[in-house]
Amino acid sequence: MNLEGKKVTLHDMSLRDGMHPQRHQLTAEQMVQVATALDAAGVPLIEVTHGDGLGGASVNYGFPAASDEEYLRAVVPRMKRAKISALLIPGIGTVDHLRMAHDCGVRTIRVATHCTEADVSEQHIVLGAKMEMDTVGFLMMAHMIEPEQLLEQAKLMQGYGANCIYVTDSAGYMLPDHVTAHVGHLREKLNADVEVGFHGHHNLHLGIANSLAAVEAGAARVDGSVAGMGAGAGNTPLEVFVAVLHRMGVETGVDMWKLMDVAEEIVYPMMTHKVRVDRDSLTLGYAGVYSSFLLHAKRAAEKYGLKSTDILVELGRLKTVGGQEDMIEDVALDMKKAGAQE
Amino acid sequence: MTTKVKAAIIGSGNIGTDLLYKALRSDVIEPVWMVGIDPDSEGLKRAKELGLKTTADGVQGMEPHIVDDKVRIAWDATSAYVHESNNELVKKYGVKMVDLTPAAIGPFCVPPVNLQEMVGRAVQNVNMVTCGGQATIPMVAAVSRVQPVEYAEIIATVSSKSAGPGTRKNIDEFTRTTAKGVEVVGGADRGKAIIIINPAEPPLMMRDTIHCLTKDAPKEQEIIESAQQMIAEVQKYVPGYSLKNGPVFDGNRVSFFMEVEGLGDFLPKYAGNLDIMTAAGLRTAELIAEEIQRAEAA
Repeated sequence: MNLEGKKVTLHDMSLRDGMHPQRHQLTAEQMVQVATALDAAGVPLIEVTHGDGLGGASVNYGFPAASDEEYLRAVVPRMKRAKISALLIPGIGTVDHLRMAHDCGVRTIRVATHCTEADVSEQHIVLGAKMEMDTVGFLMMAHMIEPEQLLEQAKLMQGYGANCIYVTDSAGYMLPDHVTAHVGHLREKLNADVEVGFHGHHNLHLGIANSLAAVEAGAARVDGSVAGMGAGAGNTPLEVFVAVLHRMGVETGVDMWKLMDVAEEIVYPMMTHKVRVDRDSLTLGYAGVYSSFLLHAKRAAEKYGLKSTDILVELGRLKTVGGQEDMIEDVALDMKKAGAQE
Repeated sequence: MTTKVKAAIIGSGNIGTDLLYKALRSDVIEPVWMVGIDPDSEGLKRAKELGLKTTADGVQGMEPHIVDDKVRIAWDATSAYVHESNNELVKKYGVKMVDLTPAAIGPFCVPPVNLQEMVGRAVQNVNMVTCGGQATIPMVAAVSRVQPVEYAEIIATVSSKSAGPGTRKNIDEFTRTTAKGVEVVGGADRGKAIIIINPAEPPLMMRDTIHCLTKDAPKEQEIIESAQQMIAEVQKYVPGYSLKNGPVFDGNRVSFFMEVEGLGDFLPKYAGNLDIMTAAGLRTAELIAEEIQRAEAA
């Protein structure tokens, strides 16, 4: 694989996707500590929000240690070079949250929908573009559909005004060939001035391999997470990806040595749940289940005396999509009932 | 025998057409007009075959006939954008409006919770909140009538096929209006609503999760009884409304996991979200009709 001379913008997820393994309990001070260190290491984009995006504070997903607004007001003014982004999932967050984030100084908004439901993002993408934000469409669980179908949805987001569209492997299920096909197809067919991005999960340990495939297929932005802190087995570990890209002659503008210090000295010690490929996160990747379900399934398994891998496999069989955390307890109760009848 | 009260259905899409089939079975209401904007719409064709007068020129098309045809009640199943002008027009002729759009000009109505109260107030326009609101607010009210609820959150999951273009284009209306209904009608101090659209095939049945956080420790037995009574009330007009799991009591959290199967009149059975709207809209109109009959008999 020859990536020599390619450029890629890296986007850190530890303070948004990393909120899942931290049960949304990172404090504003911790966020400032991590974000300033990432900024000093030259990471250009850093996402800061509840794990389920703006407005995610809920019984369903978990109440965070501080509000989105408190996090953003703490972090944004401290950035010297890095830009702060926010995630918004229509159906959970609204344009009111988007306006709030903009007011806090957020200039990159990522509007996320299930890969087949892009038309629910119209209000939010239109407003983001109108406010002249860097407006990104984020198509989740992209493994569930073919490149041709994904393109139709990407074109809707492009039509609303998004300037970048992501192939999002929320379940960490995709193999490098899938990534090549999805990213390549979008790159070929979308307008030339619309960027393509890739967001991976490390559930099958393919975060790096998939991200390289994405860059080769034309992705201009790639998400990763310092120390891999993200849902499931985490996101593509950013310091590892930077090391590999530099070996391959790809420019990132990130100081790898500083970044590995952030991972080792700040983020690993912070982790309350050690993010790794365990049998549950491996099950997510193998069965194609939304990575954020991990800790919810572990808790339901413990509460109802079930095996968490069984719950996850059942959630995959039911074709659940991102945001359906409420199904986890429901499925556990069903399984317990069925078990009692046997 | 009392004569049935005549009514018009504005909007010939999925909701309007499903409502038509339900209204034809009513003992107190007779649907006489179906108003659309597309002459080729399936809804208008069916209405015509079933003996209703139809127009494809919007409410203006019906306006000259409102008085002669004794239209007393109208349902609006169009969109929030045009509801206000539709309402202004029929209001001139003393027509009562049951609003199935999220426009929410009038007070919210969730039949098993506040329908009687609504009719007593003789309001001209009542709003049916949202499908998710109709499916969940009764359960919030079932808890809040037992003890104070500080926070209630509902998660409505609907199949892709049952989420129409109106809902999709303005999904924020759903979350805002439903959350407000959870507070105003459900009786929670603070409300939150989440909607998920799932594309699985075959389409999944509408499901709803309701989480209430009570101020003090939940009175389990009373809540269970109150919930059972409430479910029985909803089942009077939506027989497929059922408690799948729960209530789960976990500290101050009380959770219900519901499933809503539709009657399958015009919309498929999995579209319980649309069915609960049309059924609630009909039930509301029937109570208004009975009120009209009583006033005329007196």
